[in-house]
Amino acid sequence: MEGDGESVSSSASTALVAADVDARSILVLRGGRSKAMYQFTQQSLPACKPVLTPTSVISTLFLMGIFCIPIGLLSLHASLSVVEIVERYDSECVPHQFRLNKVAYIKDSLIPKNCSRYLKVPKYMKAPIYIYYQLDNYYQNHRRYVKSRSDKQLRYGLQYNDTSSCIPEESNDGLPIVPCGLISWSLFNDTYSFFRGTDELRINRKNIAWKSDRDHKFGKHVFPFNFQNGTLIGGAMLDPNVPLSDQEDLIVWMRTAALPSFRKLYGKIEEDLEANDVISIYFLNNYNTYSFGGRKKLVLSTASWLGGRNNFLGMAYIAIGSCLIVLALVFILLHVKNPRIIIT
Amino acid sequence: MVKASGKRKQRIKWSKLYTFSCLNPRTTDNDAPNQQLLGQPGFSRVVFCNQPELHKIKPQKYPSNYVSTTKYNFMTFLPRALFEQFRRVANLYFLLGAALSIPKLAPFSPASMITPLVFVVGISMLKEAIEDWSRFLQDMDVNSRKVKVHSRNGSFVEKTWKELSVGDVVKVNKNENFPSDLLLLSSSYEDGVCYVETMNLDGETNLKLKRSLEATLSLDDDVEYTKFQATIHCEDPNPNLYSFVGNLEFNNGTYPLSPTQILLRDSKLRNTEYVYGVVIFSGPDAKAVRNSTRSPSKRSRVERRLDYLIYVLFLLLVMISVVNSIGSALVLKSEAAMWWYLRLQENADSPLNPSKPVTSFFLQFVRSLILYGYLIPISLYVSIEVVKVLQAMLINKDMRMYDELSGKAVEARTSNINEELGQVEMILSDKTGTLTCNQMEFRKCSIEGISYGGEINEVDLAASRRMNVDVERYRISIDGSDSTGESIEMFEYSVAEADAKQAVLGCDHAIENSDIEHRRIPASGKEPNIKGFNFRDDRLMDKMWIHGSNVHDMIMFFRVMALCHTGIPVEDGNSKRLKYEAESPEEVTFLIAAQEFGFKFCQRTQSVMFLQELEPSSGIEVKREYKLLNLLEFNSARKRMSVIVSNEAGEIFLFCKGADNIIFDRLADNGRIYQQATTAHLSNYAEDGLRTMLFAYKKIEVVEYESWNTLFTKAKATVGTEREELLEHASEMIEKYLFLLGAVAVEDKLQKGVPECIDKLAQAGLKIWLLTGDKRETAMNIGFACSLLRHDMKQFHLVLSKEAESSHQLKAVEEDILSQIRNSYQEIVKGNKKDVPSALIVDGKAMEVALRSEISNQFLQLAVMCDSVICCRVSPKQKALIARLVKEYTGKTTLAIGDGANDVGMIQEADIGVGISGMEGMQAVMASDFSLPQFYFLERLLIVHGHWCYKRISKMILYFMYKNVAFGLTLFYNEIYSNFSGDDLYDDWYMVLFNVLLTSLPVIALGVLEQDVSADVCLQFPALYQQGQRNICFSWKRIFGWILNATLSSVAIFTVTIYIFSPAALRQDGKVADLAHIGTIMYTCVIWTVNCQIALIVTHFTWITHVLIWGSILCWYIFLVLYGMLPPEHSQGGFHILIEAIGTAPMYWIVTFLVVVVTLLPYFIFSIIQRSFYPMDDQVIQEIKYGRTDVSNKPMWLREQQNSRKRTQIGFSARVDAKIRHLKERLRRTKK
Repeated sequence: MEGDGESVSSSASTALVAADVDARSILVLRGGRSKAMYQFTQQSLPACKPVLTPTSVISTLFLMGIFCIPIGLLSLHASLSVVEIVERYDSECVPHQFRLNKVAYIKDSLIPKNCSRYLKVPKYMKAPIYIYYQLDNYYQNHRRYVKSRSDKQLRYGLQYNDTSSCIPEESNDGLPIVPCGLISWSLFNDTYSFFRGTDELRINRKNIAWKSDRDHKFGKHVFPFNFQNGTLIGGAMLDPNVPLSDQEDLIVWMRTAALPSFRKLYGKIEEDLEANDVISIYFLNNYNTYSFGGRKKLVLSTASWLGGRNNFLGMAYIAIGSCLIVLALVFILLHVKNPRIIIT
Repeated sequence: MVKASGKRKQRIKWSKLYTFSCLNPRTTDNDAPNQQLLGQPGFSRVVFCNQPELHKIKPQKYPSNYVSTTKYNFMTFLPRALFEQFRRVANLYFLLGAALSIPKLAPFSPASMITPLVFVVGISMLKEAIEDWSRFLQDMDVNSRKVKVHSRNGSFVEKTWKELSVGDVVKVNKNENFPSDLLLLSSSYEDGVCYVETMNLDGETNLKLKRSLEATLSLDDDVEYTKFQATIHCEDPNPNLYSFVGNLEFNNGTYPLSPTQILLRDSKLRNTEYVYGVVIFSGPDAKAVRNSTRSPSKRSRVERRLDYLIYVLFLLLVMISVVNSIGSALVLKSEAAMWWYLRLQENADSPLNPSKPVTSFFLQFVRSLILYGYLIPISLYVSIEVVKVLQAMLINKDMRMYDELSGKAVEARTSNINEELGQVEMILSDKTGTLTCNQMEFRKCSIEGISYGGEINEVDLAASRRMNVDVERYRISIDGSDSTGESIEMFEYSVAEADAKQAVLGCDHAIENSDIEHRRIPASGKEPNIKGFNFRDDRLMDKMWIHGSNVHDMIMFFRVMALCHTGIPVEDGNSKRLKYEAESPEEVTFLIAAQEFGFKFCQRTQSVMFLQELEPSSGIEVKREYKLLNLLEFNSARKRMSVIVSNEAGEIFLFCKGADNIIFDRLADNGRIYQQATTAHLSNYAEDGLRTMLFAYKKIEVVEYESWNTLFTKAKATVGTEREELLEHASEMIEKYLFLLGAVAVEDKLQKGVPECIDKLAQAGLKIWLLTGDKRETAMNIGFACSLLRHDMKQFHLVLSKEAESSHQLKAVEEDILSQIRNSYQEIVKGNKKDVPSALIVDGKAMEVALRSEISNQFLQLAVMCDSVICCRVSPKQKALIARLVKEYTGKTTLAIGDGANDVGMIQEADIGVGISGMEGMQAVMASDFSLPQFYFLERLLIVHGHWCYKRISKMILYFMYKNVAFGLTLFYNEIYSNFSGDDLYDDWYMVLFNVLLTSLPVIALGVLEQDVSADVCLQFPALYQQGQRNICFSWKRIFGWILNATLSSVAIFTVTIYIFSPAALRQDGKVADLAHIGTIMYTCVIWTVNCQIALIVTHFTWITHVLIWGSILCWYIFLVLYGMLPPEHSQGGFHILIEAIGTAPMYWIVTFLVVVVTLLPYFIFSIIQRSFYPMDDQVIQEIKYGRTDVSNKPMWLREQQNSRKRTQIGFSARVDAKIRHLKERLRRTKK
């Protein structure tokens, strides 16, 4: 029961003041641009002032939740549709007599490094099936490692002589090593071949690197003529007759991984694999991960529109979505129980 | 020619009138003992008058009159400015970082470290340079003022001030400033006196008398200076304004000099046509210049806390650096040898040498400090500077703070302390020129017990209006509820009471009535037709008074008005009306008023005063002559002034005017006819802050006069200490048995809008102290006029008692003051329970004692408890001291506002100094941080701009810290995954652009455009201002809250991205993401997150805000595309990254969305909960405004406004409230 006619005087006076100022402002205004300038200097630019009212909050939360859950479901579905086979082979491929001293085994170049494993395909795998090698506990993201390369040399070869960033793998007999640096020096050198029954599965090892790398970053006329000629051999050798732009293994390897556990593309199998197919894999287990306790895995995986198998994304979306909806419900409850009263 | 000489004669008389003074102490011989000091160290200056060339060579080479207030010159600018810059801890830190980046230790290129530092330091130095340049221009302005200087052979030529040198003889004309400290040689008056206004030195508006030596009196014409030569021996330059020791050797005589002969720079010649003087102290030696202090650079509270915040962040930085380097050392020591592919043993890169883990620890530590430098961003300082400059620009441009009369706008003279405006708790205000215009107006008078000139004051009017509204409301609620029964009765009573207070209650009729009454008082805003006369009453004006009943007393009243004064008439061009000049401005208003009523005082000679009187019987004006027999001067002890005159018929009258209690004590028994009515009127006038004075007269028999006069003459002739006593006694004898005629009320005119402004500021929770050099009565009058004082307030006066003062013992004086303070304190503590408002009025002398270190705490404790504090008779130095002590004792933000040079100390000392750019000198403005053309702009400056700036800067700093911590920590987490090798996850360019382009502009939009509530609402809800006073927007709680939020965000960004992208394929073609891809993806998430976070903070989206926020995000993608198009040797990992790799991966976009939602969720939930359950005032208002409830439910809106006011005891509204309480109380009593 409030009176209606009580507020006249004060509001009238403020209105008067406002009108006065407006009148003054009109005098000042001349053009449209000056109007905007005027509004800016008088801090009276038109503005929207969203306020987190209960309704807007609840509906925002609800809508976001509704939006997130389907995305989560889709992602999860995509991820689940991916078939992935992971085979760790680093310890299995060491002969029994060397199991206690794996480092000696791997360092001894006289011992053959052949090894074979069998895999059973659990589900139908549609081509292309991607072959990855996965290294764990391998720090490609170490500062010294990351910096140990020369992008200019990779592109221009010997025209570019400054290889100071590649220390200690920068030169050999006065000539810069091409490609220089620790990354290329430690190139992964295990090889795989696959047989279904007795048929060898063809592995496509082309187009495994980014196109931009092949076309622009690695020179077409740069040949690794003196690579791995030094006293200390790191990883794989390169064919000195193939230009760097075609050395896709190297290009993939040179893309340093962000995490100590990473996969790199080895090749693609361009045939479908049926469920229960048994695949035999022949390894050349050359690469030394034994010194630092790293692991080597072979991964066969299909890919969905979302990439490889990764349930986390879908789960996260679903979790957040449900979270939002629950929050919305909680706020509805709170709001019903305790409606917002502005007047105190 | 004849006319000129006539004028000159008049002048002489004018000067004589002052010298007539019977109580002026002689000052000339006081300094005699000091003469022996001359020649001693400190008193060795020699000035050869009229031989300035002697002072251009050694040994008497003195500086020229060039005065410089600049901080730097061309030579010293670079080193000094650089030194100033690197005194800031943050800059030093950045310099260190830049230095370390040179020997390739840092993860970034040296250029990316040095460029921003150079930019920041450069901008700050440029600002310094510009400010110094404007000071230089100001100096130039002063230095190139012109003055007439004696060249040779008696000819005077114009020279600029800076060309003056010691020994020059100058001629200064009326209303000119003195170019340097001068020795007065002679003036246009024959007796060598001149009048000087020292407003700029001590703020006093009354004129000071200076007098030349008798010996130099003859030098009163240009030609006299042809052969003039003299030598002055005097003290060395010093800042003491009130002392001077020296002597003059002239014409083979030696004459001691005293301050009476010294004209100080920065004071002004008044009422004297010209003076001759010789320059003693020039330029930097002048006393006024020596007195000025360089304005200290001020830093705001927020900025000071920002320093601590920087320390906190630095601690965080050191902590994570230590973790990082320890981690690095441990890893190196234990495992590094196994990583054959790193070949760490062949150390080319010494920080990672496994055989020297300790060295490695330190080197990695340094590197980490630089790598995580993003926690302490240099760009924060750039952004703050930019925002502050823009804020200052907006303050300057505000049309509502533009004074059309003077054509001046508010000017933020420094942009450093904008946000401090939002945190002010104490205002120390000057009176004259700040609150008042230094202009008196005749407002009301009470003659024969009848009051003229309007009866109702604004307070009564407002009270009656409000009560009418209340009555209206009660009436509406009559039907229905029983509880209103009482109020209905009250309403009835109030109607019955209508006669007690005209127009108090009674609805429409009363409003109408009061409006009529109101019209009688001319609106205070309107300029009255006659300056000094703001009086309108039909009963007196236009000769209407002659129809009154008791014309005789009325005539006597007007005669007192026209005769009892020391003024002289001045012809005013063509106007028929005369203008007047007098010792005090009140007297001028009396004379003007008397003229309006028909008693024009038109001429004064040595002993005769001429009046043009209106003859009531005929209505014709008659010229009458009154012989001035004696004049008993006004002084602060007597508080009265009398003249004894005889009219043409030989009747002798004593006309007396004076303070009420003085006059009441001296009335004859039959002279008290009007006493009761007059007393009532007086209290009304005083309540309105008018300055009152009583008029009385008596007729003296000739015999009585003769006998008294012999006594008086004898007293006057006495030499020695008893003289004063005798005179006092003689005056006492004649000034009694008076007949009271009535009272007059003069208004010390307030500046426009002052009461309203004070009212608003009080409601906003600000305390206002009045510091004035004026005497107590004047100060209190203004206190009442501004509603700082109220009738029902308990007043505590802190005055030095006579005994204590005379005892001259420090101890006794202190005891006296201390006991006064203690007693008052006890009473206030008691009174506070009963809610009795209290006021403290302190006298300058008492203040001097009270501010001594031992007592000052007790004094301030008392002062802070009082609702209002008025300090009178305070010197400029005391003002500054009060400002400092209040600032230190209370720890509250203090604002000092003043207009004169005497306020400079206070203005510089306070946290914020505000100068009124009025008519008087520029010193206050020059020293101030903000200058206002009008006092009332302070309301908008503080409540609107201060509030906004404070909130903007606080929000901006918090957000800035948030974004950098969130960003910086992701780098740290990456270290954990990369064996603490010190690698950076992001491309160098991303890192550089983060603070430069991609996140900086929205911050600036936030700092410039954000408004929590609109300006109108700020003014309607002054209580919002208290958010700044309590510093809730930049409290440690908030700061740590935001650090927590930043940490959560960084964790969310990093973990979500890492978990999703490792190690499976990124796209359908089976390709995996490498370091560059993951870095870019994570960086995208950071950019989205921080920009969306700012969108959550902003409550006021203008199109600029939108463009800058969303534009920043867009910018990132544009940058990525462009960067990817660069040749690979420049773009490295970023080559074709968006187009070829991540942009084509749906995962990238999906993850970005997810990360943004996850990171912002905690803050979002927090703010919902905070808003819903613990809303802050501004948020409630936002909600009301948003829902348009203020339009639909107006009463609620108004009630909210009422409720939001801080309960205060000062200000107009408080007075109205008190009045209403008082009236209601009375009603209740009548009812019983």
